[in-house]
Amino acid sequence: MTTSPITLADRIAAAPADASSLATQEYFVNMGPQHPSTHGVLRLLVKLDGETVREVIPVVGYIHRGIEKMGEYLTYRKFIHLSDRLDYLSAITNNWVVCMAVEKAAGIETNDRIQTIRTLCAELQRIQSHQLWWGVFGMDLGAFTAFLYGFRDREMVTDIFEETTGARLTMNYIQPGGLMYDIHPDFVKGVKKFIEYFKPKLAEYEQLVSGNVIIQARLRGIGVMSSESAISLGTTGPVLRGSGVEYDLRKTEPYGVYSKVQFDVPVGRIGDCWDRYWVRMEEMRQSIRIIEQLIDNIPEGKHMMIKPTAKIKLPEGLSYSQAETARGILGVLIVSDGSDKPYRIHLRSPNFNNLWSVTAMGPGLRIADLVAILSSIDIVVPDIDR
Amino acid sequence: MTDDGEDRKVTNAIDATVWQVKTLATRTLEAVPDSPWLVAGYLLLGIVAVASLVAGLGIVLIYAERKIAAHFQCRLGPMRVGWHGLLQTVADTIKLLLKEDIVPARADKLLHLMAPFLSLLATVLVLVVIPYSPTLQIADVNIGVLYVSAVGGFGILGILVAGWSSNNKWSLLGAMRAGAQIISYEISATIALLAVVLFSGSLQLSAVVLSQSQGWWIWRAHGIGFVAFMIFLIASVAEINRTPFDIAEGESELTGGFHTEYSGMRFAFFFLSEFVNMFVVAAITATLFLGGWMPFHIGNFHSLNAIMDLVPPVIWFLGKTSFLIFVIMWFRWTFPRMRVDQLMKLEWKILLPIGFVNLGAAAIAVLFNLYFFPSH
Amino acid sequence: MTGEDLVSVIMSIEARAKPREKCAMPSAMIPVDALPGFMRSMRDDPRLSFDMLCTHTAVDWLGENRFELVYVLYSTKHRHYVTVSTSIPRDKPEASSVSSIWRIAEWQEREVYDLMGVLYSGHPDLRRMFLEDDWVGFPLRKDYKDTFMLGLPE
Repeated sequence: MTTSPITLADRIAAAPADASSLATQEYFVNMGPQHPSTHGVLRLLVKLDGETVREVIPVVGYIHRGIEKMGEYLTYRKFIHLSDRLDYLSAITNNWVVCMAVEKAAGIETNDRIQTIRTLCAELQRIQSHQLWWGVFGMDLGAFTAFLYGFRDREMVTDIFEETTGARLTMNYIQPGGLMYDIHPDFVKGVKKFIEYFKPKLAEYEQLVSGNVIIQARLRGIGVMSSESAISLGTTGPVLRGSGVEYDLRKTEPYGVYSKVQFDVPVGRIGDCWDRYWVRMEEMRQSIRIIEQLIDNIPEGKHMMIKPTAKIKLPEGLSYSQAETARGILGVLIVSDGSDKPYRIHLRSPNFNNLWSVTAMGPGLRIADLVAILSSIDIVVPDIDR
Repeated sequence: MTDDGEDRKVTNAIDATVWQVKTLATRTLEAVPDSPWLVAGYLLLGIVAVASLVAGLGIVLIYAERKIAAHFQCRLGPMRVGWHGLLQTVADTIKLLLKEDIVPARADKLLHLMAPFLSLLATVLVLVVIPYSPTLQIADVNIGVLYVSAVGGFGILGILVAGWSSNNKWSLLGAMRAGAQIISYEISATIALLAVVLFSGSLQLSAVVLSQSQGWWIWRAHGIGFVAFMIFLIASVAEINRTPFDIAEGESELTGGFHTEYSGMRFAFFFLSEFVNMFVVAAITATLFLGGWMPFHIGNFHSLNAIMDLVPPVIWFLGKTSFLIFVIMWFRWTFPRMRVDQLMKLEWKILLPIGFVNLGAAAIAVLFNLYFFPSH
Repeated sequence: MTGEDLVSVIMSIEARAKPREKCAMPSAMIPVDALPGFMRSMRDDPRLSFDMLCTHTAVDWLGENRFELVYVLYSTKHRHYVTVSTSIPRDKPEASSVSSIWRIAEWQEREVYDLMGVLYSGHPDLRRMFLEDDWVGFPLRKDYKDTFMLGLPE
């Protein structure tokens, strides 16, 4: 017996009516697609009873570009351009995942220099992404100044990327077999200068936002998600680690040179917004630690192991690779039929899987809490819709 | 002691400096038997003064807010229009005047058009009674403090009417939040005001200022004055819907709150009334707690008092008000927003009990002359 | 648990399972009617305890007239992965939903329904995910055509 498909109107009508004794009227409010706090074109249908949220129904698809369909017509190298545009705040890591999948299946070797630079870029990208998250988080909660401080500090990393890769947002830097270009001569100096500049800034961030009593009151105990819920809801990244599950791909299945560096994985206690916030702040510190260990020890070698025009063909079969982006685990599932274009390429997007936890956390809280929760999950909408 | 004809004087015993308070209302009434043209002239002067004050305040304060915000955020702010952006607000005003005036299709048209004016009305009515200097005051009602508290609370009408008439759920939410917030915080503000009334012995605003000739109530009344000052400042910031209490317009939650559906000049009126409100709140706080136009005196230290008297009173008033405006702006760009139930909790469970205890302490202090330089 | 042990444990649960050919990680191919019970054992069996559904998608084998549903499972306890696939006929693409086992499946299955047209029985909320409710056709299928698709330049 199959289920017959329903429409959004059916879903709204089916939303369970509240069984409270006071006769109040519940109403639906539309948050988005244009809204200051939904971080992109996301529409949330919120069923409200006064200020209390009864149900959250996310409606996605406003930026669905058919990347998976397009992938079936592009070679692997060309697909890397598209992978930039998923979660554009982790563009380099997205590139890396696709390259990992291709290199593993096609048997392309890389050297230590390439892996070290890839790891460095991924960690810089993680810091950059968390800086933006922190700024937007403050802005969503009303502390507007945090937004500008986060962006000011992020500019240093963006400049480093622009020098080396040529782009500020969609880098398209990591290619199968190596890197698009070798690193800029000022790369090491720039990164060291950034680290020295940023470490006291983190202390300033703590003082400005984390230590503020209003922030604490708005985050502690809000949006609690137990670890079983978090796992069942498919969350990964800081959302999952905030709920107490220690699952970080950089430790469990190390790629790049993560197995050669020392760092800790911050894990939260109860899975409220504060835990997720704290996990990301700590991750910034740990990323700095990783960068410091690697920046002086970049081995010599070539930056690209195969000819840029070489045809890359994957053997027939199914392969799956994943990496830890700033928001969670991005996975690439490639089904190849032996040619140089994938037969089916599927992207396991971290933001798609993280978003739905808001339907579990939202009910019972207030609108202002909903904004805080959405901010603490930290979604980038193009990654949801692909 | 009524406002018609009687000038109040207070003398600083040794060097006989006399503050002579004369308001525009007094002058008008004095001129009634003599010359109707003078009466008309004074009335026109009053109207022009208020209108230009409102406009001037709008221009100056909006520019100041943008520059202060910019410097807090490590950027420059407006720099292009005029030297360092001084003409920015003028440019913005012209732009807003030229914008299309939109009324939503199914909104309540009359109420929608009326709301911004209601908002501005309350603000202007309070501007009229503030003592800017001994000779610069438009009217000095003998129930000044009560008038300020009552009429100031009128501002909620504009917000409620705007939110209701917009036919927009977000606006309604914003308006309802604002309604709850403003009527709650009025209570704390009034309790704090009452402490000052007890100390100065009069409701009349000029008398309150004159009573601070031995020292400002913020320090002269021991900690009681300071606590009352803090409560009044926090409650007033909540009254004018500024961060951390700006849930009514909550930009990142409700897009625009009660003023979402407003555009063009009518939106500018809301904007303007927010800034003029800020000035009014700062002015009233300065008047009650920081001495208004009264220079910084310490009791009977006559040489110090004489030096302080050299600065004209209107400069003292503007200085104190500007400082408080800066502090209010500082709050906005530093603190995040409180959630609505936390805001209510702050008022009903924290500020109000402290205010009551403070009031009781003030009564005891006045009864037993337990403050610095008691008046008798 | 190593790949071979995993596969042998899986075969002990479901006799008709066999590894999927040409798959780099441990895999199992099962018939579609075994799906609900098998998936529940995958989660509940203490040797396996696959508590996380990493991803779920479908592959359109136009030439063989079938859809292949692929599930990638992960165990946070034992830290092992497995890929489970099942084939369903292309003209009658139906399968049972596993959303009662892993909650994220509710939305991953909606995506597969939206783009491939697979109908899931027992799904609490089967509606389109990315496209409008009144869209006709399933874009990710290999034979999908609509009026505004452009051909690739040769």
